[in-house]
Amino acid sequence: MAARAIWRGIILLADVSVPVKLYGAVEEKTIHFRLLHGKDQTPVRQEMVHPETGEVVPAEAIHHGYETEDGKMVILTNEELKSLDPESSRQIEILRFLPRSAIDHRWYERPYLLGPDGDPEAYHALAEALGSSDTEGLARWIMRNREYHGVLRLLGHRPVLITLRHAEEVVSLEELNIPAGREMDKKELAMAEQLVAAMADTFDPARYRDEYRERVMGLITAKAKGKIIELHRAAPKKTTRNLKKALEGSLRTAGMRKHG
Amino acid sequence: MAEKERHGDAAGAFWSGAITFGLVSIQVDLYSAHRPKSAALRMVDRHGAPLRRRYFCPRDHKPLEREEIVRGYEIEEGRFILVSDEELEALEPKKSREIDLRCFVDAAELDPVYFEHAYFLLPAGSVSKPYRLLARIMENSGKAGIATFVMREREHLVAILAEKGILRAETLRFADEIRSPEDTGLPSPEKAPAAKVKQIRRAMKKLQGREFDRELLHDRRRRLLLELVDRKLKAAEDVVEKPPAAEAEGAEIIDLMEIIKKRFTERGGAPA
Repeated sequence: MAARAIWRGIILLADVSVPVKLYGAVEEKTIHFRLLHGKDQTPVRQEMVHPETGEVVPAEAIHHGYETEDGKMVILTNEELKSLDPESSRQIEILRFLPRSAIDHRWYERPYLLGPDGDPEAYHALAEALGSSDTEGLARWIMRNREYHGVLRLLGHRPVLITLRHAEEVVSLEELNIPAGREMDKKELAMAEQLVAAMADTFDPARYRDEYRERVMGLITAKAKGKIIELHRAAPKKTTRNLKKALEGSLRTAGMRKHG
Repeated sequence: MAEKERHGDAAGAFWSGAITFGLVSIQVDLYSAHRPKSAALRMVDRHGAPLRRRYFCPRDHKPLEREEIVRGYEIEEGRFILVSDEELEALEPKKSREIDLRCFVDAAELDPVYFEHAYFLLPAGSVSKPYRLLARIMENSGKAGIATFVMREREHLVAILAEKGILRAETLRFADEIRSPEDTGLPSPEKAPAAKVKQIRRAMKKLQGREFDRELLHDRRRRLLLELVDRKLKAAEDVVEKPPAAEAEGAEIIDLMEIIKKRFTERGGAPA
């Protein structure tokens, strides 16, 4: 079944425009529970109440408070917050194209797949042009009253937009000091290299499953049928404290020949 | 070194434990590489009193106490399977102090849609040599270590990456949470008119840049909000003293940068 688009926009690349539909590329599978009143199993309703009187405050009477460091509370109304919203627009402006590694994963937040919206030629041309380039676009757009920045690139031969975090949220690597110490032993370095090489593999995401989620679903299904399920737990692994011995031992296990 | 394990996680760390690969074990503390999102606001009444969340039964409009509330999974409209805290706790993965690297893959092979949250791994204890060793080798070979580990009662799939001598853990989404272009119903790639492709290539060239400027990614809304707050503070308009009761509910904010800087400086000249 085809997914439903969450938003429609127009990519603006200098003088070219490409109308697109956005589809969420992530479908969270977290199991959601409802809170119920135990007595009659009715879903509860959540209300905001005054801390002292316990009286329910209706949604339209709720204000927002910003706490300052020196113990003050600045009260903001819904209208004031609304006035901070950016002007809505359908444009997805491409600010520039950058080498592919320029924006690293720490900035990535959420991926959206792009589909054509009325101009398939422009869409396929965009995919083709992105595919033959080693750069990716830095985009900016307003969606649902929020400003987003994102990376425009290809994924499985289709264009995607991956939203980026704000500069305020991402700790810069330049701010960190690199752990230092004595020069490393060449032999240990070589052995560790061999060990990493011996453990080399290709990444197969399908190999990993959210087992907790599966167990919770299993519990729910079993309870629906009136059963109880058993759990299995793994024991922690044994390691050794001596680095050289550990490397040697690991290499032996990995079936590699030790260098003299 | 074992002291840390006995006393739980280091200050501000999400997790403390060991990266293991083969028989090698590296003690690390894990810190978020992200700061909390924008300026947090609280719900208050028009006099600035912080409001409290309460649950009500819609039938008798009665406020409910915690022990009167149960958790249910709706298997069909209006039919719930009750699940208790104890039952869920029993399903939680066993607390583990290990990130066991199962294999190393080419970092370039990891699809960006999988990345969820980034953490810095900082060397714990007095031995930083194995840490530096692993970081150096992974960075030189462009490899990422793949592991699963338990943090905050959940099992996470992670890629361990090295950059500039620092190890990072990136939690990965599970494969069944990713929608493929085919599932989404996107059309297959098609040959586009050459003129159109050329036009787009020309536009891309015009926008070509070399460096990523993080200044571009500032949170504009947050800045506007702080300006509005400042104006109100200066005009002493809608400003009240925060009631003392409000203290307890406010979360303690830890300055991650301070912790990280301190940790690395302490570690800096230490003999390995």
